[in-house]
Parts: sequence; structure tokens; C-alpha cells
Amino acid sequence: MRTSPAIWRDPVLRPVVLASVTLGAAVGVFAVSFGVGAVSAGASVAQTCAMSLLVFTGASQFSAVSVIGAGGSPASALGGALVLAARNGVYGLTMGRRIPGRFGTRLVAAQITIDESTAMAVAQHDPAAQRAAFWITGGSVYVFWNLGTLLGALAGTAIDPIRFGLDAAFPAGFVAMLWPLLRTRRGRIAAGLGAAICLALIPFTAVGVPILCASLAVLVGIPADRSDDRPAERVVPA
Amino acid sequence: MSWGLVLALAGGAYAFKVLGFIVFGGRTLPPVVERCLALIPVALIAALVVKDTFSVGQHLQLDARAAGVGCAVLAAWRRAPLIVVIVVGAGVTAAVRALS
Repeated sequence: MRTSPAIWRDPVLRPVVLASVTLGAAVGVFAVSFGVGAVSAGASVAQTCAMSLLVFTGASQFSAVSVIGAGGSPASALGGALVLAARNGVYGLTMGRRIPGRFGTRLVAAQITIDESTAMAVAQHDPAAQRAAFWITGGSVYVFWNLGTLLGALAGTAIDPIRFGLDAAFPAGFVAMLWPLLRTRRGRIAAGLGAAICLALIPFTAVGVPILCASLAVLVGIPADRSDDRPAERVVPA
Repeated sequence: MSWGLVLALAGGAYAFKVLGFIVFGGRTLPPVVERCLALIPVALIAALVVKDTFSVGQHLQLDARAAGVGCAVLAAWRRAPLIVVIVVGAGVTAAVRALS
């Protein structure tokens, strides 16, 4: 493990450190809104902090809190949140190959395998930079996420989230996370379909169920890649 | 909010991470399964965006959030950093509420 001044002098790692800390700070702001939202949805300060420390995957935490806040059952809150948490397992399939170490180290690495650490790691070219980016980003996000949650939970009763538009901070943050995933045609179709399923079901199903059902949109991944689709597209012209 | 829910969510979320990273990490799944799993984030995050923008409980509702999130989409499209997108979304929503 390098010492921090060595990392700071390394021309490859310095931008990674800078980006990780910036990202961490942004996530911290997001975490403040999570803390405020969780407390106003009826969680205690201890429960709110325990969620960020132990669950540590933002979208699932927001989802659980928003389902409970809207009057949904714990089962539907848990179901939707776990479907969202499943993606970290998918990231693990990729990161498990790139982050070597002892069993204990890998148990810690698994906990910080989330959107940000995975995205930052896979963006690096050589394996050493990938490992550094994973640990620095995961660590920075963990610290800022938990500090922000604590601040938000403590301020929770003093801040009216509606007045400051914090209820819109959740979907706005998701928009920013969604954007890079829309680069592929298949990604755009899955996003459109997921959103459509969710909107269509909201008036007719229990809170939390629309999010679960939106996961059916991943079935657009069943056909083989686009290069293999081309003959079929010629047979059935648009 | 119950402690049972907090702990069940913590256990379940960590189980997925360990399952992917340690149990299956390095193994290859059938390509069709990998293609579908890779689409989980994009499908679910898009669903969360429309739910949090256009609904209150089981009711669809068009209000200040639509303006805020609309501006957040513009900010993301202009490649603004995460923090700017969040501040724009919350700020515009708060401003529209204050004015209406």
C-alpha cells in the first residue's frame, strides 16, 4: 500500500484521488438528503445511520425510505430495495476478478462494491490503477456517505425537505447516475421500458410493487448483441 | 421504520455483494444472463426517477418536482457534475414551490 504523499505525486493516481474526493463530496450532499428523508419517513437517527453504515447502497436506501414514507408495507419496501441491491452483486462479478487479497480484505472490498467504486475502477487502464481507484473511491464515498447521513438525520427535524426541494434531490441524483448508462441503444430501451412499467402500475398496485415489476425491463437483454440482430432487422424492416 | 427492516436490508444487501464478489467472482455466467443482469441498474434507476418525480403514494401527480427534475435532466445532458445536477433539481423545485 502506498502512502498518501506518494499517491499524490503519482501522475496516474493524482486525477483518480481528485475525482474520488470530488465524487465523495457530491455523494455527501446526497447523503444529507437521505438522512433528512429517512428521519421524516419515521426512522430514528440511529436507524438512519445504521442503514448507511451497514446497507451502504444509496438507491436501495432511498427506495426503502420512500416506500415506507409513502405508507407502503415493510415487505414491499424490502423487496424493491433488495432488487436494487442485486446490481452490486453484478458489479462484484467484475470486481472480484480485479481486486485480489486475503479473504478478510475481500469481505471489506465486497461491502464497498457499489456504483461509484466500480465505475471509477473500470475506467482505469492498468490493474494497479484499477485497484487504487476502487479502494480510494469506495473509501471516500463510505466516509462522506456516513458523515452526510449523520448530518442530515440530526438536522432532519429542523429542515423541511419539501420547502428546500429535497424530495426532488433524489430523482435528480438518479438522473445524473442514469445518464452514462443511456449510451447504448439497449440501455435506452431498458430505461424507457422500466419507466413506462413503473408509471403504468403506480395507480393500480401497492407502493413498491411498480419498482419490482420494472425489473422485467431487463428481459430486453435476451436477444443476442446488435451485431447478431442485423440479419433479423433486414428481414423485418422498420 | 423497524429495526427488523433495517437489519434485513443490511443482511440482504451484503449477501448480494458477497455472492457476486466472492462466491461467483471470476466465474462466467451464460451470456444471456449477463446481458440481462447488466441492464438492472438502468431499468430500475429510470423507474425510480419517474416514481419520485410523478407520483405521491399511489397517485400520479404533476407538480414542481417535474420542473426541477426536468432541469436536472438538462444539467446531466450538458455533462454537469453530480453535485450540480442534484442542486439544480432541488433548487428549481424549491423555487417553483416558492413562486406558486
